[in-house]
Amino acid sequence: MDMAQLSSTLLYIAFVLYLIGTFFFGGAIRDKRKERQEKDRWSQLGISVTIIGFLAQVGYFVTRWIAAGHAPVSNLFEFTTFFGMMLVAAFIIIYFIYRVSVLGLFALPVALLVIAYASMFPREISPLIPALQSDWLHIHVTTAAAGEAILAISFVAGLIYLIRVVDQSKPSKRTFWLEVVMFCLITTLGFVIVSTAFGLSGYEAKFTWVDKNKQTDEVSYDMPALVGPHKGELMKESAGRMEPLVEMPAIINARKLNTVIWSLIAGTALYIMLRIFLRKRVAAALKPLVKNVNLDLTDEISYRAVAIGFPVFTLGALIFAMIWAQIAWTRFWGWDPKEVWALITWLFYAAFLHLRLSKGWHGEKSAWLAVIGFAIIMFNLVAVNLVIAGLHSYAGT
Amino acid sequence: MEHVKCECGHVNPHGTAFCESCGKPLADLGEKLILDMRYEGSARRSQTYKKTMIDQIWAFFSSVKVGVALIVITLIASAIGTIFPQQMYIPPNVDPAEYYKQQYGWAGKLYYELGFNNLYGSWWYILLIALIGVSLVICSLDRVVPLYRALKRQGVKRHPRFLERQRLFGVSHVSDLDKTMAVLKERLAARRYHVREEDGHLLAEKGRFSRWGPYVNHIGLIIFLIGAMLRSVPGMYIDRVMWIPEGETKEIPGTNGRYFLKSEKFIFETYEKGKDNEVFNAAIDRVGNGMIAKNYQTNVVLYKRVGPVIPGAKPKLEKVKEYPIRVNEPLEFDHYALYQVDFRLNEPKAMSFQLADKQSGKTFGTVTVDLYDPKESYNLGHGYRVELLSYFPDFEFDEDGNPSTKSRVPNNPAFVFKMYAPDRPKGETSFVAIQQTIEPFGNNKYKMAFAGLQTRNVSGLTVRRDFTLWILGVGGAIFMIGLIQGMYWNHRRIWVQRVNGELWVAAHTNKNWFGLKNELRRLLDGTGVMMPADQLENDKKAGQGGQVHGHGTA
Amino acid sequence: MKKQQRLVMRTAILLVLLAAIGYTIYTNFFTEKTAVAVGSTAPDFVLTDLKGHEHRLSDYRGKGVFLNFWGTWCKPCEREMPYMNELYPIYKKQGVEILAVNVGEPKLSVEKFAERFGLTFPIVIDRQDQVLNAYNVGPLPTTFLIDKNGEVKQIITGTMTKEDIERHLESIKP
Repeated sequence: MDMAQLSSTLLYIAFVLYLIGTFFFGGAIRDKRKERQEKDRWSQLGISVTIIGFLAQVGYFVTRWIAAGHAPVSNLFEFTTFFGMMLVAAFIIIYFIYRVSVLGLFALPVALLVIAYASMFPREISPLIPALQSDWLHIHVTTAAAGEAILAISFVAGLIYLIRVVDQSKPSKRTFWLEVVMFCLITTLGFVIVSTAFGLSGYEAKFTWVDKNKQTDEVSYDMPALVGPHKGELMKESAGRMEPLVEMPAIINARKLNTVIWSLIAGTALYIMLRIFLRKRVAAALKPLVKNVNLDLTDEISYRAVAIGFPVFTLGALIFAMIWAQIAWTRFWGWDPKEVWALITWLFYAAFLHLRLSKGWHGEKSAWLAVIGFAIIMFNLVAVNLVIAGLHSYAGT
Repeated sequence: MEHVKCECGHVNPHGTAFCESCGKPLADLGEKLILDMRYEGSARRSQTYKKTMIDQIWAFFSSVKVGVALIVITLIASAIGTIFPQQMYIPPNVDPAEYYKQQYGWAGKLYYELGFNNLYGSWWYILLIALIGVSLVICSLDRVVPLYRALKRQGVKRHPRFLERQRLFGVSHVSDLDKTMAVLKERLAARRYHVREEDGHLLAEKGRFSRWGPYVNHIGLIIFLIGAMLRSVPGMYIDRVMWIPEGETKEIPGTNGRYFLKSEKFIFETYEKGKDNEVFNAAIDRVGNGMIAKNYQTNVVLYKRVGPVIPGAKPKLEKVKEYPIRVNEPLEFDHYALYQVDFRLNEPKAMSFQLADKQSGKTFGTVTVDLYDPKESYNLGHGYRVELLSYFPDFEFDEDGNPSTKSRVPNNPAFVFKMYAPDRPKGETSFVAIQQTIEPFGNNKYKMAFAGLQTRNVSGLTVRRDFTLWILGVGGAIFMIGLIQGMYWNHRRIWVQRVNGELWVAAHTNKNWFGLKNELRRLLDGTGVMMPADQLENDKKAGQGGQVHGHGTA
Repeated sequence: MKKQQRLVMRTAILLVLLAAIGYTIYTNFFTEKTAVAVGSTAPDFVLTDLKGHEHRLSDYRGKGVFLNFWGTWCKPCEREMPYMNELYPIYKKQGVEILAVNVGEPKLSVEKFAERFGLTFPIVIDRQDQVLNAYNVGPLPTTFLIDKNGEVKQIITGTMTKEDIERHLESIKP
């Protein structure tokens, strides 16, 4: 077995261990009524499995580094996976400060979603283009990812806070938005499920289409085409594949939109099934899990995560980024979309801190801000990489 | 009116929430159980006087609400700028109005008409950033001075009403007050607290410097903004482009004729299967062999001009150094940096033709035309001669149908030759372009047969000099220091006082209450002093009705 | 008294901030980004014309110089050349020189061009782009009007009519 193979296996092991860890942390909540001793055992199991999983993922990282000859943070799969790893690391650190096991019950699934999402992108080890051939790649990307991961813990704590505090007895704006958050998380799962399902079935439909410059081109769909490309026609080799229901204008990337629509369909289906099964809002169903949560402590964890993560993020995503940009791209700042979104993230958390420190936005307000902050980070990770093209755009696919 | 005198004798500025020295609340606290400790209750200056216009402007910018509003507006504006690419990222040489409309439809047209195509360089965006800068300066000034005063003047002995309104507060009965006090003092000192004692009362404090963190980081930001501002001062910032072909020596633009550069060679490499690490094979297969760039490099020699600088005169050069310029490895000299940013491969340099008899194919010698400096006449001997009548480096037919050139770069060279031979003393005219020959005056006996092309690679380099970089660096460093100082440390204070034979303990921190509580627990462990209660938590539980999950407020 | 002091302090700080913002906006939006500014001394240079004569700008002190940067492929340049040619002998007598700087094209191309239009004013070729760099010329044609003291009076980019050229030549008469 070669290094690259070993690396993939280790990542797989880590993924499974995080899953097991989640259940252990769940057990720690369920057994609340039993002896305190008992509860600690569940948590101890949970954190132990998490740490072993984390070590396995570090193993993945190191072996892949050795195999490739450069740090595995050079494409979307690698970066997102690393972000997931840092999320787990941040959780482990916060866990040892505050010993709140319910945090694991929410942080690990988020990490799992992130890693699963990462695996939907091309996973092969790619060589470095000249712009990436620098030690700053490791320094900038790892620090930025670590900062974002710590900030993500703030989201996890904020989410717990909201689930605990939002009154589910009657529908309101707060229950609605909380469900929106749940729906987004479920849709990510939906994306993973449809991508995996069609990937396993080996679905492929090739179209010829006419782009905005009136050039004829080919495009390959890996999901049945609900929306087709501009003047798209199935190619001979794909005869019999599904014909698109609607044709898109040339300025829209129909293939990506198709994936988004499939993810939304899967997410909506999953969500509706959950609602039917649970007979209540998803957040309401989660509420019993957090009923014993100490609100002040959760609020403090959420804030502490921002307090720790913000400087790391600033260093990695802005300062190191500027130093590298000056070396590689001749200018430390060029208003590239990814740069701008890093600035937006930074401005947002700056506003968050000012509102909290000077205007006294604690508790629920602060928790909502933590959720919005994470949404911005995810937007930067997902939308800016895939939709808004720029220098950072890892892959046009 | 101006000042408020506390019962402890300390005179406080108007607007102070609680006495700077003893902490006795001066304003009516109403129902509030816990004192608001932000800025130590000191009077923020802008809030107290609002008489003149200057004071009003000052008060406006000193408001955190205004600061946050400015941040949020900037944030939204920045986001709008990423909807479509900014003008600097669209292809050059296209009309932006056309481009946005064509690529993005009506939305693109609107985007362009609103001026969002150049959003980050627009006057209102720059003004927004500047206003944030103003807000930074005024907010900081308005808070740091009173805070400094308040922290400096705080007394050890505090008013009981100050103590009981701290978030962490407890009353204990201990058998030997003096002994307990002594133990606590020792333990506090061991935990690196700075302990002050007065009339048998204790004030233990640590991490006060973290309170200055926000102001330090604001100073850093202001320095950074000043650096950014100075970029527009003439001479601070140079950004030029130079194209240099292999084998040529050219002046480096922006250096005032003082530096010259020779390109020895441009190297372009790609990743190839079999040659590179085989783990890359899958990735190379997906994109295509030889499609992933591996290296862009220009091997250069840097020269310095000696003697007086007169543009146009032949320079006297002195070699400084040889250097391979690669992406991520710019050539740095005398505050300048030269970056590898672009290239053109195989640009025509010279073209060769053979004078040939069209019928027999017999040739009479080769003519090599330097595409950058062609000679007019080429003598082939034995009575054969070729003259170059016209040369079009970048050939096209203009609007009137006349042959002309689009630029001075030989992208598509074309020539008008006149061929002389012993049997054609008056010469024959031939128009020769790539892949085509026109004989304007009928059938020729001779032709110019294409016999080869010399090419060379051209490197595109960016020349930068930025005297503001160090200012930005200093600003960034100070910002980081301030951020770490404010975020990773916290200001903890513990008051231990004897009140009517009881031992009162109150504690405050600006963040991380969890850590403070843990520390207190360890401090008080085994001393017989009760752990102070978290009044905020009790307050909340009481507020929630006290019956939540059966926990009482007891 | 203290209140007075505070007001002065605040006014001073606000003025400094306002000045900084004003300056930034001004330099960014209301000044031209040229290496050679109007009012500054035109950088000296020395170039050789088609006949092999050297022309040094500083040798023209005491005369006005109409310094025109051009290229043979540039249609607007081509349009204004005949007007310059027409006015050249008239204004030469009145102490205004026309100097056309070709932006590093082959001598052959420039000669053919000059022949075609029968140009009589001196044409120099900036083979190494040194003068182009010194004047940081962007689009063609660009014309610098230099007065008898060697000072740049005006910078014109884009094509000119005969009247324009006449007016400009008039403006730098010594």
